[in-house]
Amino acid sequence: MDGVERVFERMVHEHQDRLYALGYALTGNRHDAEEVAQDTLLRAYRALLTYPPDRVRDLKQRAWLHRIAVNVARNRYRGLRPTVVELNGSEPDAAPGPEAQALGRVLMNGVMTGLASLPPRYREAVVLRYVQDLSYGEVAEALDVPVGTAKSDVHRALKMLRGENHDRHDD
Amino acid sequence: MTATTTDLKLLRGLRAPAGFADRVLASAGLIDRYASFDTVLGPVFVAWNHHGVSAAMRARDAAEFEEWFRRDVRRSLVASEPPLDLASKIEDQLNGKRRMRFDLRGLTEFERAVLMKALEIPRGQVRPYGWIAREIGHPNAVRAVGTALANNPIPYFIPCHRVIRSDGVLGNYSGGGPEAKKQILTLEGVRLPRIQELARHGLRYEGVRSTKIYCYPTCHHGRRALEKNIVWLHNAAEAKAKGFRPCKSCRPEAA
Repeated sequence: MDGVERVFERMVHEHQDRLYALGYALTGNRHDAEEVAQDTLLRAYRALLTYPPDRVRDLKQRAWLHRIAVNVARNRYRGLRPTVVELNGSEPDAAPGPEAQALGRVLMNGVMTGLASLPPRYREAVVLRYVQDLSYGEVAEALDVPVGTAKSDVHRALKMLRGENHDRHDD
Repeated sequence: MTATTTDLKLLRGLRAPAGFADRVLASAGLIDRYASFDTVLGPVFVAWNHHGVSAAMRARDAAEFEEWFRRDVRRSLVASEPPLDLASKIEDQLNGKRRMRFDLRGLTEFERAVLMKALEIPRGQVRPYGWIAREIGHPNAVRAVGTALANNPIPYFIPCHRVIRSDGVLGNYSGGGPEAKKQILTLEGVRLPRIQELARHGLRYEGVRSTKIYCYPTCHHGRRALEKNIVWLHNAAEAKAKGFRPCKSCRPEAA
């Protein structure tokens, strides 16, 4: 089906950076980030091939891909802490310019270490909300939890990242 | 609040590594991969996807191959490690065994028919353009057959070099011009000077008196005939008049 192939090609180009950023934020290193992004897109393609045309057309790609990506990432780090491999600002991962320099600083300054130390449930929630810029409704959908749970998980995660709450409950 | 969320938002600036989209599309089988292989013909660039081998060309370098592929096959492609069995498949195919799958999706039905027919010509043999035209049911489309063969995206492996003009002239060759065609046919054991000499005298077929069968001169079935039993024939009418029937293997006429 030629139509699906074209839809998928556009999907890859449109979402590749976002999925890579998500993979990076969730796994803490470049290698896993790339694999998460690639596995997500390939799973999406296999699914698209089985969908009827109207379902492909009406698909909310962003929410759908995030849901797949979260599952892919979970399969990778199941039972493992993310390994944080720090980037430095001169690496060509980032868009050039002042933003890249700021990104280089943030990757050096411990946000990644902070994210890696969070239990997966909270890491996923805060990454989807603030790195991926999803609404709480979309976060809830991607994580398959009620909106209220998504909100409280995001806030809990922010507190932990700020070091305000050390009595973490692992789940 | 702000410091932490600001840091998180900065991660939005991450970009997928160079070539990432192409690698994903290649894994999905939507664009082709390619590599260079050392063959009996020298280094040959070969492109493939999950349908099979899609193109081959002896190019000076990767850049030349990529440019040709994008222009002629009209898809994207990405350099890659070849699958483990591809090198041996390439070798076998060039040695006359047919192991390779081909991706001819971009071609017309007629072009595909021409190329699939060319695949039936055994190594060490040649056929005229008119033979392909007749065999695929378009006896008057000889010129179109020539064009289809000249646009063969997978020369060497789909042996369009085994099709030459009935007057002995080699004709066009998509794999690098008449010189390359001559080189490959010679490598395959075709005695070109002899065939061309015969063709110049208008002798197209070899008849064998003992069997009363006539063949194309390179057909393997005529090879065991004793020299004294061989008769050279100008055309099918002459063969028929002298009591020969066409060979069922090389099919000089609808046999």
